[in-house]
Amino acid sequence: MAGDQRLAEPPVEAPPDASDAPPDAPAPGERRRGGTRLTHRLRRDGALILMTLPAVALLVVFAYIPIAGNVIAFQFYSPYAGDGFLDSMANSAWTGLENFERLLDDRDFWNAVRNTLVFSSLQLLFYFPVPIALALLINSVLHSKVRAWSQAVLYLPHFFSWVLVITVFQQMFGGAGLVAQLLRDWGLADSFDLMTDPGFFKWLITAQVMWKDAGWGIIVFLAALSTVNQELYESAAVDGAGRWRRMWHVTLPALRPVIALLLVLQVGNMLTVGGEQYLIQRTAVGPGAAEVLDTYVWHRGIEGGDFSYAAAIGIVKGVFSLLLVLTANRVAHAMGEQGVYARR
Amino acid sequence: MNATATRATGPEAGGRAPRSGRRPAWEEPPTRVGLTAKGAILAIALLAILFPLWIVVVTSVSDARTIAETGGLVVWPRGVTLDAYRELLSGGEVSRAMVVSIGVTVVGTAFSMAVSVLAAYGLSRLGSLWHRPILFTLLATMFFGGAGIIPTYLLIQSLGLMNTYAALILPMAVNVFNILVLRAFFMNVGQEIIDSARIDGAGEFRILWRIVLPLSRAVLAVISLFYAVAYWGNWFAGFIYLTDQEKLPLQNVLQQIVIGNERPAGMAQVIGTGQIPSIAVQTAVMVLALLPVAVLSPFVQRHFKKGMLIGAIKG
Repeated sequence: MAGDQRLAEPPVEAPPDASDAPPDAPAPGERRRGGTRLTHRLRRDGALILMTLPAVALLVVFAYIPIAGNVIAFQFYSPYAGDGFLDSMANSAWTGLENFERLLDDRDFWNAVRNTLVFSSLQLLFYFPVPIALALLINSVLHSKVRAWSQAVLYLPHFFSWVLVITVFQQMFGGAGLVAQLLRDWGLADSFDLMTDPGFFKWLITAQVMWKDAGWGIIVFLAALSTVNQELYESAAVDGAGRWRRMWHVTLPALRPVIALLLVLQVGNMLTVGGEQYLIQRTAVGPGAAEVLDTYVWHRGIEGGDFSYAAAIGIVKGVFSLLLVLTANRVAHAMGEQGVYARR
Repeated sequence: MNATATRATGPEAGGRAPRSGRRPAWEEPPTRVGLTAKGAILAIALLAILFPLWIVVVTSVSDARTIAETGGLVVWPRGVTLDAYRELLSGGEVSRAMVVSIGVTVVGTAFSMAVSVLAAYGLSRLGSLWHRPILFTLLATMFFGGAGIIPTYLLIQSLGLMNTYAALILPMAVNVFNILVLRAFFMNVGQEIIDSARIDGAGEFRILWRIVLPLSRAVLAVISLFYAVAYWGNWFAGFIYLTDQEKLPLQNVLQQIVIGNERPAGMAQVIGTGQIPSIAVQTAVMVLALLPVAVLSPFVQRHFKKGMLIGAIKG
């Protein structure tokens, strides 16, 4: 395996490529043996290459060009400077790091940074452990019907759109929602509305994430649990280990690599709290409480037309996300886990 | 971890359920407290999901009198009527949005599946020509994910896709993660069958269509569901790319009706005694948005774990 591909290749990728290679794969040494070999292989694999073309073409247009388009962050981009995106880009004036310098004095930007970090920390603390606990619970249920039905219900909200999830919360906790209705009926409170309360917003979005995805999150852990060697439990039990000690010494060690991997990814995603969820509720709660980096990019760029500045925010976010992944992975390595990519 | 992941990826793996039905002899019987606590926690988790959905469904089929008596949402059905649905589905804004959403979902899913299946099969033979660079081209995009709302928007604009349905499909048509899951399954289809088909003179397209796809129905169902759910639930693309109110898909109309508290355009003139309460209209639109998902996903559920094993552990 080439060392420089380590970061791009997920860890699982490595062994099958190395070990299961079919006999007709070229050995590392005999790569180039003249043009005849290439034409032969082209004739043999041409159809396979052809099949990948539509996907590659779509990715070039809708992933690679936008990635390259981020250079407008170093420009004063004007959509009217040329004919189309690439031409305008070529004709816009370069400004160096000016857009990034503007960020330093932008209070709204720092507010978005703070909100983003608060929201993702809360999710790390309160959301992250829930699927692990739920998976252990579901795994301990013996009755297969109960288990299948519980899973069907728990997975369901994951497939709902964010609009739907937010409207469900609106009907429960909004100004005209069920809780407000009951409080009014019982004469406890005349007005109650959690959906527009800026102070409560961080708890509201954590609850929404939990409602939508905690059930789906168990699937990874159930998969990891199903690979645990059952004889380990038996020997532990024979040696006198009770239920809790078996969980501590057999189950949790089996889950550790998956937990470490997901933790690293979660930390890497700390600056990416889902855009839709916040954009939909931004008006009701106000940008002060609900603005996160992704919505701020939308607000300055698409709503405000300051494309270069918004792209600069996007780049800063991307760079810091990468740094977070690398740091988290370092920590995972230090604790003896593999993390996202292998240790050198 | 490598070992566990690869061992569990194959379609044939996973038959050994870790805990199947019977308690092993060495395991101590559960305590009453433990059982009660477990049951209670599970019941609370399930109720937290089902109760709000129940309220929404019941309110959507309640008549005006019941809704007036409860003051809004209805917990227990009394006067049942399908008026809200009849009104919403008999032409007008919501009917049109439904058609748009169904169209985008069906066309988008078919397109995405065609592109993804071809790419996954094209990359499923290790050691084939340019296999590594092409795979790398795909994988690299996962590390820039979402790196450009602004450049993507400007690109869509300059391609002339603003206010077209293509803008709701093309940017999200390829999901590399889904291709990787498909590829992992295709790689597990027996090499001997493929080799013998090739000796019989079958080309790659024929092998894919006649041998590989029929053997991969489960994963095709799962990935189709993933794509369909992504298209059906997409709100952001409609929000930023569509400028005509008449073109909006269901999610955007749902947001306007419930969160924006607007009355559907076609229904405004129905005033007077026969009027359907706003809350019934709102909840009925919500049910329309959740129904396809709630109906389809349980059918595919038994394949999730197998499909997600590869994907999820890969992250």
